[in-house]
Amino acid sequence: MSDINRRDPRKEWIARNRLHPQHLEVLAELGQGATSEWMGPNGVLRRNPHAIGFIGPNGIKRIDRSGAQQGVAGGGTSTSTVVQKPLVEIDDPAFTVVVVPDMAGGRLSSHDRDLLGLARRFADANSDEQGAVVAVIFGSHKETSFDEAGIDRLLHLDSSDVTGYAPEARLGALAMVEQAWAPRYWLLPDSKLGGGEMGRRLAARLGERPATGVWQVEADAEIPSGWRCIARGAAESVDIQRPLPRVALALAECAEPVSETRHAADELALPQPLPSMLSRIEDLGQVPVDPSGVALSEAEFILSAGNGVKDWEGYHHAAEVLGATEGASRVAVDDGFMARDRQVGATGTWVTARVYVAVGISGAIQHLQGIQTCEKVVAINMDPGCDMIKRADLAVIGDSARILEALVTLVEQAREEKRDAA
Amino acid sequence: MRPDTTMMPALEVTALVSIGRHPVTGRARRADQDARGVELARSLANAEVSLLHAGELAEASEPALRGYLGMGFSELSLLEQPEGADVLPALAEALDAASPHLVITGERAECGEGSGLLPYLLAERLGWPLVSGLAAVEGVEDGVATLLQALPRGQRRRLKVRLPAIVTVDGAAPAPRQSAYGPARRGSFETIAGSVSHDEEWDQWQVQPARKRPKRLKIVKAASARDRFKAAAAKAEGGGGQVLTDVTPEQGAEAILKLLREEEVLR
Repeated sequence: MSDINRRDPRKEWIARNRLHPQHLEVLAELGQGATSEWMGPNGVLRRNPHAIGFIGPNGIKRIDRSGAQQGVAGGGTSTSTVVQKPLVEIDDPAFTVVVVPDMAGGRLSSHDRDLLGLARRFADANSDEQGAVVAVIFGSHKETSFDEAGIDRLLHLDSSDVTGYAPEARLGALAMVEQAWAPRYWLLPDSKLGGGEMGRRLAARLGERPATGVWQVEADAEIPSGWRCIARGAAESVDIQRPLPRVALALAECAEPVSETRHAADELALPQPLPSMLSRIEDLGQVPVDPSGVALSEAEFILSAGNGVKDWEGYHHAAEVLGATEGASRVAVDDGFMARDRQVGATGTWVTARVYVAVGISGAIQHLQGIQTCEKVVAINMDPGCDMIKRADLAVIGDSARILEALVTLVEQAREEKRDAA
Repeated sequence: MRPDTTMMPALEVTALVSIGRHPVTGRARRADQDARGVELARSLANAEVSLLHAGELAEASEPALRGYLGMGFSELSLLEQPEGADVLPALAEALDAASPHLVITGERAECGEGSGLLPYLLAERLGWPLVSGLAAVEGVEDGVATLLQALPRGQRRRLKVRLPAIVTVDGAAPAPRQSAYGPARRGSFETIAGSVSHDEEWDQWQVQPARKRPKRLKIVKAASARDRFKAAAAKAEGGGGQVLTDVTPEQGAEAILKLLREEEVLR
């Protein structure tokens, strides 16, 4: 078909005549059915005031004048509104800032992102000599947004000797990074997830006196390095102000995470392969712990029951098979089905689970407050309109007892197969 | 009659203890983690536990040190160091000379810099392996200790480490026993002179009582006033969740199982 725009004067005339019996059909054909503005035949901008706005929840027409919304439905000229952040590429960095994120659960945590934001501040402080942020990552990961976190170069080490708990092998790898690129700063999260330990080991190996518990970094022209930091000391009871050393272990929220730019996240490789060394610490793997013994506030996986649960035997059995810590909504506790110390919510425990499965909980606001920091929420409920479904990442509408039963059967089947295969 | 214990050489354990600070009153006390470390050392079978403290014996700190003696010790070795000294060289020399099989200490001190670096620096200097955040020692056999390391979220990891080693304990270790007053009074301090090196860097730093950290504000980067209003008035909800209606229980269970597998919470 040719791209020449052929006009049909008759159709245009029908489109202008709202009383014409074919008016709506012709409008739709011309693609003007939904548009509120179009260029008229004489070069005059025409507006259709009936086409703008939308019908609000109470049946009243609302007009949104922010410009975000045009027409009622897309009339063919809708463009995707996903705006790509500008990509920043640093080809020839003057120096490097190395970050070793925790990667808890295989993803960058918010603590890691804060740290990368701090690293960006160091790298971008002087526009004449821009530095590159290098992230060193051990083991396999599930992260897909390294570029948006502000990483210029990514060193991904996943040989078998650095996976698992291998502090000595990882320290050897970091020492090689130090030799190869001589980074200006080393930044590690001061966390219990491994960053605090790794950073202290690294500082002891490099012979640097690190700043630990850093929570604020400011530029200071009087100091040779140009940066001074405030660090927590003496069991969080004092603030120590000191020049920023080469190795810093920073607390969460030490800086704002990168939000406006994308970065290259190019793959790096070590110049030499890792030397194999005899580890004096042998990792025998995680020990299964009794999930009911884990404090509710720090449990990783919670199966929580509410008013919708009728089959309590089945629920307890499911929690045992899944290895989940048991939680409860206030109603379940008040009715005497669960102990008071198992209550989740504003009046009970504020939980931090990675996965929270709510069985038969409709989601009172107090309960939703209590699960604010949970990463993934799964809801099993009969009522598709409840608040918990809106909060949930995955919601299954149906009878909770039968779904839990099916889940238990599936898990037991999978375990059986695994045992047979082994 | 316990002939086995006399045949086996005893496990020499040194517990490094420090003076703690009560978080509310600010008084000197047993440091919580160090006391847990001493408790852990006491619970080891066939172990000869000795206490080592580097610092000065002042009037204010003596009750705190006697608190450790009250956990069932008759003496405590005291490396005399003035206030503000770097205790690392003296401790390294003392440990090198005593050469225990296992050194147990808390994760970090409750006074001074409290950076938690001392065990790492000692391990680097002595060339011993270090394991941090211990919950329990399960057993020691043929110079190899089996340890239980505490992980966040109440998880545990089993490790084997070759002795001699340095281990640190944190809040997951068993709570320390109460200090008995009589033994604490009767216990004595054995003073050892050590090399003294002054910590000069520490003097140059400004130290002040911790101020409350500013709370992070929710920054909304929006172009128009309407977007800012929407962000401010929006209910906290995940949004974009997957909702499965009209599915059989098996399909629903499968979807949940897939998510649990992705998050690796099933063991």
